[in-house]
Amino acid sequence: MDFIKHLFQLYKSKDQFKFVLPALILSIGFLFPSGAFAQEDAAVQAGKKLFNANCAACHKLNKRAVGPALQGVSAKYDREWLYSWIKNSTAMVKSGDAQAVAIYEEYNGSVMTSFPQLSNEDIDNIIAYTDYTPPAPVAAAATAGAVATQSAGSSLSNTIIIGALALVFLILIIMLFLVQKTLLRIAAASGVDIQPEPKIKRTPIWVSFAQNQFLIIVTVVLLLLSSAYFVYGYFMQVGVDQGYMPVQPIHYSHKIHAGANQIECKYCHSSARVSKHSGIPSLNVCMNCHRNIAEYNGEEDLENGYTKDFYTKEIKKLYAAVGWDETNQSYTGETQPVKWVRIHNLPDFVYFNHAQHVEVGEIACQKCHGPVEEMEIMYQYSPLTMGWCINCHRETNVKVESNEYYAKIHEALSKKYGVEKLTVAQMGGLECGKCHY
Amino acid sequence: MSDQKKYMASNKTYWKNIAQLDPSNETVQKLEHNEFVSKLPEDFLSDEKTLEESSTSRRDFLKYVGFSTAAATLAACEGPVIKSVPYVVQPERIRPGIANYYATSIADGFDFGSILIKTREGRPIKVESNPEAPTMGIANARVHASVLSLYDTLRLQGPLANGEDISWDDFYLQVGAMLKALAATNKEILLITPTLPSPTTQKIIGDFIAAYPNIRPLTYDAISCDAALNAYEAYYGKRALADYDFSKAKAIVSVDADFLGDWQGGGYAKGYAHAKTPRGVAGKAAMSKHFHFESNLSLTGANADYRMPCTPADQKNILAYFYDRLVLGSAGQLAEGLKPMADQALAALTNAGADGVIVSGIEDDTAQAVILALNTQLKSKAFQPESPKLIRQGEAKAVQQALESITSGTVSGLITVGVNPVFTTPNGKALAEAIQNLEFSLSFTSKLDETAAASRFVAATPHYLESWGDYQFKSGHFALAQPTIRPLFDTQQFQDVLLRLAGQNTKYYDEIKNHWNESILDGSSWSKALHDGYFSIEAEQLEPINPDLTTLDTTDLKTASTSGMSLVLYSKTGMGDGQQANNPWLQEFPDPITRVSWDNYLTISMTDAKALGLTNTNTSNGALNGSYAAVSVQGKTLKVPVVVQPGQAQGTVGLAFGYGPRMGLKKEMQTGVNAYELYHNFERIQEVTLKSDSGEHEFACVQLHNTLMGRGDIVKETTLEIFNTQDKKYWNPTPQVSKNHIEFDVTSPEVDMWEEFDRSIGHHFNLSIDLNACTGCGACVVACHAENNVPVVGKREVRRSRDMHWLRIDRYYSSATSFEGDNQTKEEISGIGDSLNTFGEMEQAAANPQVAFQPVMCQHCNHAPCETVCPVAASSHGRQGQNHMAYNRCVGTRYCANNCPYKVRRFNWFLYNKNDEFDYHMNNDLGRMVLNPDVVVRSRGVMEKCSLCIQMTQKTILDAKLKGEEIKDGTFQTACSNACTTGAMVFGDLNDKKSKVAALHEGDRMYHLLEHVGTKPNVMYQVKVRNTDDKV
Repeated sequence: MDFIKHLFQLYKSKDQFKFVLPALILSIGFLFPSGAFAQEDAAVQAGKKLFNANCAACHKLNKRAVGPALQGVSAKYDREWLYSWIKNSTAMVKSGDAQAVAIYEEYNGSVMTSFPQLSNEDIDNIIAYTDYTPPAPVAAAATAGAVATQSAGSSLSNTIIIGALALVFLILIIMLFLVQKTLLRIAAASGVDIQPEPKIKRTPIWVSFAQNQFLIIVTVVLLLLSSAYFVYGYFMQVGVDQGYMPVQPIHYSHKIHAGANQIECKYCHSSARVSKHSGIPSLNVCMNCHRNIAEYNGEEDLENGYTKDFYTKEIKKLYAAVGWDETNQSYTGETQPVKWVRIHNLPDFVYFNHAQHVEVGEIACQKCHGPVEEMEIMYQYSPLTMGWCINCHRETNVKVESNEYYAKIHEALSKKYGVEKLTVAQMGGLECGKCHY
Repeated sequence: MSDQKKYMASNKTYWKNIAQLDPSNETVQKLEHNEFVSKLPEDFLSDEKTLEESSTSRRDFLKYVGFSTAAATLAACEGPVIKSVPYVVQPERIRPGIANYYATSIADGFDFGSILIKTREGRPIKVESNPEAPTMGIANARVHASVLSLYDTLRLQGPLANGEDISWDDFYLQVGAMLKALAATNKEILLITPTLPSPTTQKIIGDFIAAYPNIRPLTYDAISCDAALNAYEAYYGKRALADYDFSKAKAIVSVDADFLGDWQGGGYAKGYAHAKTPRGVAGKAAMSKHFHFESNLSLTGANADYRMPCTPADQKNILAYFYDRLVLGSAGQLAEGLKPMADQALAALTNAGADGVIVSGIEDDTAQAVILALNTQLKSKAFQPESPKLIRQGEAKAVQQALESITSGTVSGLITVGVNPVFTTPNGKALAEAIQNLEFSLSFTSKLDETAAASRFVAATPHYLESWGDYQFKSGHFALAQPTIRPLFDTQQFQDVLLRLAGQNTKYYDEIKNHWNESILDGSSWSKALHDGYFSIEAEQLEPINPDLTTLDTTDLKTASTSGMSLVLYSKTGMGDGQQANNPWLQEFPDPITRVSWDNYLTISMTDAKALGLTNTNTSNGALNGSYAAVSVQGKTLKVPVVVQPGQAQGTVGLAFGYGPRMGLKKEMQTGVNAYELYHNFERIQEVTLKSDSGEHEFACVQLHNTLMGRGDIVKETTLEIFNTQDKKYWNPTPQVSKNHIEFDVTSPEVDMWEEFDRSIGHHFNLSIDLNACTGCGACVVACHAENNVPVVGKREVRRSRDMHWLRIDRYYSSATSFEGDNQTKEEISGIGDSLNTFGEMEQAAANPQVAFQPVMCQHCNHAPCETVCPVAASSHGRQGQNHMAYNRCVGTRYCANNCPYKVRRFNWFLYNKNDEFDYHMNNDLGRMVLNPDVVVRSRGVMEKCSLCIQMTQKTILDAKLKGEEIKDGTFQTACSNACTTGAMVFGDLNDKKSKVAALHEGDRMYHLLEHVGTKPNVMYQVKVRNTDDKV
């Protein structure tokens, strides 16, 4: 009780906290920017939805993509013209409309998809969205000094908190020391004589230990056993690269692709369906999406420095490799194949087939590769040792349903082993020659 | 001290030598005090100063050694960083890990065929036959090996002018200018091509000649087929060869026609084997009967039912006799020694009538005309002159004259296309000089060969797997060739170069497509033809223009005789005309007859060898040595090693083409002698004088014991008569073993030492080998090399019996006149003395032995002796019947090889890849591109062996699982069964009761090798049935 009281007094007297608290409050304030969007009207909201569904594949608001940037498009063209253009641009180009032909030629004759399903009202909404400039954030109105703190806000407050805690502990130690001193003084004052206990001469423990042969033998045996254990462990991990997480030439985040964007593994690693290799996707597969996604706009991980800028730069690396000219939206033909660092390396004498496991066995990729959708940087999740393979073969049942190939074999084998379901091992999955040839 | 004084007092002086007693001798005095007479040089190790100044002390040195060893050890524990580079834009059809097949054709002037190419990640790795192609859809050993020639490091990488690298633009500029200048002055240029049965190429050459009329085209076959072409041309009006379908023949008479080898381009094995296998209802089975007259023991002769070794002159006499008897109906005349066999053959032919056929390889126009006459007379069904083969078109005489005109300098220019006359003609040196003196010389070649080296311009051409092409192998039977890989080097096709030189702006591909669409396809789909690789149309049936074949003048044939020795030149199964001599697979391929690899040699009969003092001996480790003979033909002498060949006709010797040191070959491949130097006037038969020469040649022979010693249970055989009339127990008995004094079949479970695996569920793979259909051609051996990354070990190691072939084809000679005779001899041996003598004699093959071929690979025993002795369980058994070999587990004790009764296991004595000591294809990046990525490359110190191509069976199973369907019979294949076009090897699932292999397993002819051992193999053999007249 006394202690808390003391601390409270201390808090009152020290002035560091005066700085800490407002800073904390300030930073919390920035995490929840003012509710500007609450005031948006319904048209803009509806337009945004429509824009993302129909237009975003080819258009950006303020940057040229496959098609022109759309911000402020209503100022450039007549509203009626826009209606008919969006609903059927081809017809307009054919009819020889000067504006239509001009834009058709500017974009090298690439035809804009027609959207006859959009009503005029929909188009109005879209235009409202493209015309809409979000009001300047409140934060901008704050003083320049505050903006400066904002950028460094979170890391600064952390340091301050840790510093404060350290101080508290220091004070505690000093206090304890003071208390003991006071108690001693009180004791002296009250005439209590506190004598340190007299030291008895004993044989030091290490001497008695050295003299005990039994103990020495036991210790030596234990030491030998434990060192053997560690030596064995060391040798067994030679060549096992579990957790291998090399730096890749392009920071490709499975977390963003497979996690946040929910892209199916086999969309990119398509040969896993048919081939022994899962395959590193060729760059044209990346460009299926990244033709339109030139910037990263998702969540950031500031602690590790994964800012939007960082990710966008990685996308630019892809463009450089595949030879994509962003300004002209065309391929230059100058390519620079990416030299990825291979993570999962099986020795040459092992034959592993992805199709067998992924397609026939319907094993989820994550079973061996781990939570890929959570991996910012890809790493080897499983040890890929033979024991690990064999264990799984012992435990996993063969997927025989609706596979004509297995029908007869499965019937006969399950009768033989008297089981309902057969494991891979029972199907012969432990034979040496199944994987080594 | 006192002792010493005592001795001194005795006044004795001990001395070591007399000089010591002379006090004036300075040397001795010095040695009293110093160890050495003269002072040691100061810098013996180093002077003190240097040692002190040196920054590296001995301790430092040891520190460095220690540190670097430790660092290396630690570094070895770290895995290397492996980079993966995906495509930038992945081609639609290429999926890593999936093989693509392309139908294409080979036509190198010697070998022709429709084939399939297996490619992985864009690189061709294997050749397979195209079973759907109606003609020439058969790949022989050389064609199988041709994929490795694609990755030959010695291929030309770009065009040359005067021996210097040059760009194609400059090449066109310079060659074009020279051609125009020569055309303006109308100076003659020869264009020598090999046989190019390519409709579009002929059109392009025609257009080229229209642009440059001073060019004269010639067709040149390095190994000529002139006589047969002349005879056919004379009677049918087209330079082509009559085709034969041996599957329709019941009696085959061959007079020196090696039709299972390279006779008239080959490709007859399939039909022959079909007729050679007994077919029909039990007791009335029928098969063809084959008579063979020849000098060398050829592959065909080895397969014949009756074979007679005779000299080339005898062969001519025999043909004349046949003509007299069959066509003229007269009695005819023949030497007594030849008559019985000739009469027997004649009787068989007459009996068979239209089912008989006669063929000959005699290089004589009359002899070939006689063949046409005889087959016409027989109305032979197997004889098909109406749709001839076009794969040999060489004009020997015209070429001979042309080469002479080059030497005499009457022509001004020479263009050679894929031919190397400087090497393949006897007067090569003079020819090379003459070519160098020509105004203009251009060689289209993929290798810098002798002709190219003599030529001013060299146009680098691509390998056939990088090329487009169209062919007409047989009248009405077309084939297409398509590239299976981008050209590896800066090469251009001959046709493309001609087109550009003729000023046309098209490419060969466009020309082919246009020409086919206009004149061949007749509305059919081009894409389909390209996909299939072949296209057939109803061609006109050729009628004889000169049908009278009854007035032939056969006097020359009748009177032919030889006094001295005849040299019979031939082409070996492995080497052919020698185009692929730089191919290590073919060099290491053991000849089916002699079983010698890495060499050519003079085959000589035992009698002649004895007379000349020529011998073959075996060294202490068994390796074969042979004496040298000096072989002189028309003043030219070659020193050739000798192989004493059973079955060689007395008075003849044989020598194979294609070997000999030359340009464009690696040092290791420079083996043998060049037989073309003796090939005067394109005559295969040359008069020769022989002498023994000094020295001994070391052969790399893989089979050192040639006879079966009467062990008839290894190659079981019987005659058709016995096969039809007797019970299986008589001619194919199951070995018996005794248990408790009761005889049991060795296959009976009563006498099994092991628990039997239950193999009734799933697949149970079996391979059946029909000894009747196996001709010993060796295509399977090379296919196995390609599929399983079998290393090439080189001549030195083969000689030490360290060859790595997973599949070997054993060849046995009979010691008596037949194998049956051997069995009887063995039965009749009594007593130890007799057995010693007789067995000694039985090691010698007969002068004209029966021959048997037996492919042997791992027998995949159900009770495998190798598995039980492996201390680390590296060899284990699979439920599917395959004996597995886990290389990574093997520690190399070699117990398994020692315990294997079939001797099929191979040990990696060395590291055969990336090792300069074995500088074959696995030692360079280019050559390694041929490796099959599904099969591991074995390392030093491990045992390896046939896996029954488990990678192929597993792939078949996986494909079925992916499709979710049952596997149909015939889908399972191994590399060897796939390569076997004669149908001798059948692979399949024994548990599929409807499968071919299950039927063969239940058949009467089925037996297992060394069945009495009780290994219960999964490889079975079918008893060889000979159509000889021997009865019970």
